[in-house]
Amino acid sequence: MNALRLALSLTAASLWHRRRVLALVCLTLTLSVTLLLGIQYLRTEVRQSFNNTITGTDLIVGARSGQLNLLLYTVFHLGDATNNIRWSTYQKLRTDERIDWVIPLSLGDSYRGHRVIGTNTQFFERFGYGDEQSLALASGDWFSDLFDVVLGANVARQMTHRVGDRITLSHGGGSTSFSRHDDLPFRVSGVLEATGTPVDQAVFIGLDAMEAIHVGWESGVAIPGRTLSGDEARERSYQPDSITAALLGLKRPILTFQVQRELNQYTGEPLSAILPGVALSRLWQVMGQFEKALLAIGGFVVVTSLVGLVSVLLTLQAQRRREMAILRATGASPALIASLYSLESLGLALLSCLLAVVLGALGITALSPWLLEHYGLQLGLRALNTDEWAVLGSVPLAALLVSLAPAISSWLTSRRQGFGGFE
Amino acid sequence: MTEKTAATPAGSAGTDNAIHTRALAYRWPGMDTAMVFPDIQLARGEHLFLHGPSGTGKSTLLGLLSGLLVPERGTVQLLGETVSDWPNGARDRFRADHLGIIFQQFNLVPYLTASGNAELPCRLSSSRHKRAGPGVSTVARSLLAQLGLDDDTAHRKVTGLSIGQQQRVAAARALIGAPEIILADEPTSALDTDNRDRFLELLLTMAAEQGTSVVFVSHDQALARHFHDHIALEGRS
Repeated sequence: MNALRLALSLTAASLWHRRRVLALVCLTLTLSVTLLLGIQYLRTEVRQSFNNTITGTDLIVGARSGQLNLLLYTVFHLGDATNNIRWSTYQKLRTDERIDWVIPLSLGDSYRGHRVIGTNTQFFERFGYGDEQSLALASGDWFSDLFDVVLGANVARQMTHRVGDRITLSHGGGSTSFSRHDDLPFRVSGVLEATGTPVDQAVFIGLDAMEAIHVGWESGVAIPGRTLSGDEARERSYQPDSITAALLGLKRPILTFQVQRELNQYTGEPLSAILPGVALSRLWQVMGQFEKALLAIGGFVVVTSLVGLVSVLLTLQAQRRREMAILRATGASPALIASLYSLESLGLALLSCLLAVVLGALGITALSPWLLEHYGLQLGLRALNTDEWAVLGSVPLAALLVSLAPAISSWLTSRRQGFGGFE
Repeated sequence: MTEKTAATPAGSAGTDNAIHTRALAYRWPGMDTAMVFPDIQLARGEHLFLHGPSGTGKSTLLGLLSGLLVPERGTVQLLGETVSDWPNGARDRFRADHLGIIFQQFNLVPYLTASGNAELPCRLSSSRHKRAGPGVSTVARSLLAQLGLDDDTAHRKVTGLSIGQQQRVAAARALIGAPEIILADEPTSALDTDNRDRFLELLLTMAAEQGTSVVFVSHDQALARHFHDHIALEGRS
């Protein structure tokens, strides 16, 4: 007990004495542990947020295509639809007794790089994300007038739009579209709360508004004289020919596979129906390799800095021969001498872990607004989970393990040591 | 520790000796012939001057006496115990409990203060701690004061001290907790004549006060006059 106390106090004094040299080693180790821990933390958060991009939807229906493609353009607003589905099919889905609700999605236009999604009030009422959360408005209302638009949280923030602002949509995707619907401006009627999902990057208008702005655009460009003015548009009623995709909620989720099979075998037109959860985990598998590679790189960085730590300890060992000879002559056992190296290594690793947690917490606090703004990633501080504790715990263990090199060599030397050093 | 009792000689005369060696020989790895050493018998409380030019194996002898080295032949008896037969751990403990050590130079742990260095034996040995008394740091400071180092110096890092001061800190470390034996390996060789004599006087006086035997090794014959007992080491044979 006494020996341990002595070893601990000698270790503390020695670390403090060599703080200038060791500070750099400690910094390297701290940064690498921060990196590793950060990757592990982000990995969990991103996966969580990714898997919760869409919840409550039982099936996604679109024109026949691969499930990843369908998922990407309906949920992540990436890529383009291969084809549309007919309005009559949409009506059939709505009247199917097993189907509780249908959210129509009509894509194609954009607003300064943000996807414009034609839908109806079902989207606002039924769309779920995260832990079965539903959408909420930060300000204003869901659209009531034909030319009302609701903005995702990020769109509103980036463009600094507020309720009542007037905006003009562009035809087609991309942020620099040349054909714009500038004769029919929209009024911002509401702004959604941030969700940390692609919804934040989207612009929502009614299905009929989507039709109205495309009257006279049948050939792909506006034909003068055939487009409508705002008042003309409001007097007409619209029935779209088609929509791009639909999100389905079933009355009894147990029927999901049955409905999916029927839709996939639908004879009216080629359709694909996918389970969003399955498609999301498929997509994550693709990206998961990347994430595992990142974690491995983080691990290698930590190993590299541990090797650096050992090389510094071994270098110091040469300088410390005299000190060890004194301790030996005063009656310290070779085990005590060896334990000094292990304890120093362990002490440095623990200090680095502590600093890494503090640094990580500060980093997340500082970066989370930026991440939300630029990547739509909602990142908050939370208690570490078991995986992260395991990562954190493995660092002192590894440090202890690598410290065996100088510890064993000093143990051997001090057993052979004569009086006053090494003759 | 069972060996300890087994190794104790039956005779009672041994317990009056601080040191008693018989037919010691030691061979360093790579040496053809072993170094042999004259027998030493030193009564408790007596001081011994061990003279020998360099290369006569002074440090080797001290290594054998301190239990850091194990003789190839012969025995080392300290305080009546045949320490040379003991296992490594027991010799380390004996050294911590009963021996004070002073080297030629670079005697101190660089990251401890002067009093931290002086207290070191009491932290390695509970019996030294007990003998020093309850306030170990007070004892260390008073030893340092007796050796001419004030309180301010006692709290300084030893790296800032002069060589003379460092050797006095080493002396305090050897004296603390009243060990029975002090082994000193040319502790004055880095000091000037004035300092050398004063250091030696102080060490021997303070050792005599607490009944500690001192084995003092030096090549400097001029110091022999401070000692009753002399042994000269000759070249290896």
